[in-house]
Amino acid sequence: MSEVPLLAVDDLAVEFRTRSGTVRALERVGFALARGETLGIVGESGSGKSVTAFAIMGILDAAARVTAGSIVFGGLDLLTASERTLQEMRGRELAMIFQNPRAALNPIRPIGRQIEDILIRHANVLPAQARIRAIEKLAAVNIADPERRARAYPFELSGGMCQRVMIAMALACSPALLVADEPTTGLDVTTQAVIMDLVADLARREGMASLLITHDLGLAMDYCDSIAVMHAGHIVEVAPAAELFRAPRHPYTQKLIAATPRPAARLGDLAAIPGGLPDLRRDDLPPCRYSARCERRGEMCDETLPMIEIAAGHRVACQYPQ
Amino acid sequence: MTALLSVDRIEKRYAVGGRGLLARLRQEKPAFLHAVDTVSFTIGRGETVGLVGESGCGKSTLVRLVTRLIDPTAGAISFDGTDTAAVPAKRFGRSPLRSRIQMVFQDAEGSLNPRFTAFDAIAAPARRLARLSAAALKARVEEVAALTGLPRELLGRFPHQLSGGQKARVGIARAIVDVSVQVVILRLLDDLKRRLGLSYLFVSHDLNVVRLLCDRVLVMYLGKIVESGPADAVFAQPAHPYTKALLSAIPSFDPGGKRNAVRLSGEPRSPIDPDPNVCRFYGRCPKGVERCATAMPALTMVTPDRQVACHFPETEPKIARSAADKALNGETLSS
Repeated sequence: MSEVPLLAVDDLAVEFRTRSGTVRALERVGFALARGETLGIVGESGSGKSVTAFAIMGILDAAARVTAGSIVFGGLDLLTASERTLQEMRGRELAMIFQNPRAALNPIRPIGRQIEDILIRHANVLPAQARIRAIEKLAAVNIADPERRARAYPFELSGGMCQRVMIAMALACSPALLVADEPTTGLDVTTQAVIMDLVADLARREGMASLLITHDLGLAMDYCDSIAVMHAGHIVEVAPAAELFRAPRHPYTQKLIAATPRPAARLGDLAAIPGGLPDLRRDDLPPCRYSARCERRGEMCDETLPMIEIAAGHRVACQYPQ
Repeated sequence: MTALLSVDRIEKRYAVGGRGLLARLRQEKPAFLHAVDTVSFTIGRGETVGLVGESGCGKSTLVRLVTRLIDPTAGAISFDGTDTAAVPAKRFGRSPLRSRIQMVFQDAEGSLNPRFTAFDAIAAPARRLARLSAAALKARVEEVAALTGLPRELLGRFPHQLSGGQKARVGIARAIVDVSVQVVILRLLDDLKRRLGLSYLFVSHDLNVVRLLCDRVLVMYLGKIVESGPADAVFAQPAHPYTKALLSAIPSFDPGGKRNAVRLSGEPRSPIDPDPNVCRFYGRCPKGVERCATAMPALTMVTPDRQVACHFPETEPKIARSAADKALNGETLSS
C-alpha cells in the first residue's frame, strides 16, 4: 500500500443528537483501503460498523453529524462533496449491498427492470440495449435462466437469489469500491458461502476493492486481506487477517477470538467477554472505551489512547498491547 | 438407553391451492407441501441432539410437531412412554406432559410478552400448569432465576429493560420452570443439562455451535433426514454430499482457505408434491446421476450409529467407525 490508497478514512468522528443526549458513535476512526483490497470491519452490534459504512456512502441518518475527520475516495473528500457529485459517485464508483436484500429491492418492479434503471442512469447504456445488458448482469451473478428471472418480482425469489440481484445491481457499473454491510446475515450457511465466493470472485476479476462489514469474525478471516476490529465507536486494532488471528495484541480482539466458536474449539475453551459496551451518551467517556471491561487496565488508560504501530499494517489502540 | 423421545415416521403435509370455489368447480386436486416427510429419530435422556439444515427444510415444523404445537398428518411421537401424537395440539397445552417439553426461541425479545415483567414471564407456565400458592410460586421463580444466573433485582423488569443475554436467560428460565449465541448461554445450557438431566433438541444455523454442544446431529434436507450420527463423527467425515457442502460452508478461520470448498449450485427442489422416486437433493448434488432421479435413497445404516440417505455415501465404513469410536470414548463436551 505504498501508492495513494483508493479510500482513506482519517480521524472520523460522528455524533447522533438524540432526545436523551448526544451519542458519540464514532471517534478517531481511521483506515486506508488500496485498489482491489478487501478490508473487514468486525465488532459486536452497536460498535459503529454500519455507521462507518453509512458515513462513507454519505447516507447517514439526519440526526447524525460528522464532527471531525475526512473520507477521501479517489482524491475527492466525500464529506465536502456536493450531493450531486455524491449521487454521481454512488452507483458508478461506490456501491453498497445491504443486509436485507428483499427490503432493498423495489417490490413492485421486475428485477430485470431495476437493473436496467441503473444501467441507463449510471452507465450511459441506451434504453434499447438495457434489457440485454441487464440479462448479462444477472448471468454474471450465476442466476440460472436469466431471461425468465429478469421478469420476476422480488417476492418470487429466494433470499439468496435476491442478494444475487442486489450484487448484480451494485456491480452493474463496475464500481471501484463495494461496501457490503452484513451481506449474508440471515442467509443459510450454504448460500452465504456461495454469495461470499461470488463477491470475492467478481472483486478479483474486476480489481474492485471491498469493505465487508460483519459481526462474523470467521467470515472476515476467510474473505478479507485485512481486518479492523471496532469497539464502542473506536477501531481498536487493524491487522492483516492471518496476523490478527495468530497474534492479536488488543485485549478486546483477544477476547473476541476466544469467544467465537471455531472449528477446533471446545466449549470449555470459549471465554465470555465481561461487561458490555459503555453508554456512548456519557460526557465523561474515558479515552479508552474498553477500559471498564479490561483486565489489563492500568494508570495510563485514563490519560490518553495511543495508536501504536506494531508492524507494517498492524496498529493497535492500547496503552499496554501484548 | 431407553429413549426419552421417540419419533416414528412422522409426516406433516399442508394443502396448498385447489381449495377455493373455482378450484373445486374445476375439480382440481389440492397439492400438498411436504414440510416433514417420514422422519424418525430418538433422543435419549440427558442427550443433546442437534438439528441442522437450510431454511425451508422443515426444521421448525419438526420442532413444532415434537413440542406438540401442531398436529402431525401421520406418524407417532412417544414421549417418556406416552404417545403424545394422539393428543390434539389444542388440548396438549393442558396436558401434564406440556410442562416436560419446552422451547427456547432464537429471538429472545420477540418471544417475551412486552407487558410481562421477567417474573410474570417465568411464572406464567408455572401458574398455568401447576397449582402453586403465591408464596410457593415466588419461591419457585426465584429459584429458577438463580439457576439461570438472572439476578433477583431484575425480576421486576420488563423485556425492554433487560439486555439480550438477560432476555435469553428469562426465556430459558421460563422453559425450565417446571422442569446471534453467546458463550454464556451455551455454557448455561450445558450446565443445566448436567445439573437437571435435561435433553435438548438443539436447532441452529451455526454448525460450530452444534458441534460444541451436541452429542448427536440430524441433518435435514427438504423435509427428510439425510444424515444422522455422533456429532464428532459427522463433522469429521460427512457421508452425505449435502452435509459435506454444509460443513464446507462453515468459516474456516483460514485466510484463503476456501479454495477447495464444496459449493452448491441452483435452488432446492419444490417441496410441493415432490416426486417420491427422485432424491430430494438431485439437481443440486455434485454427484447426481440417473439412478438418483429414478430411485429415492432410503435412510440406511452405514455404521451402527450412523445413517445416510444417499446412493453414494462418502464415508469409508472403516474410517467412519474409528471416528465414531473416538466420539464415544472421548466426551463431546468438556467444560
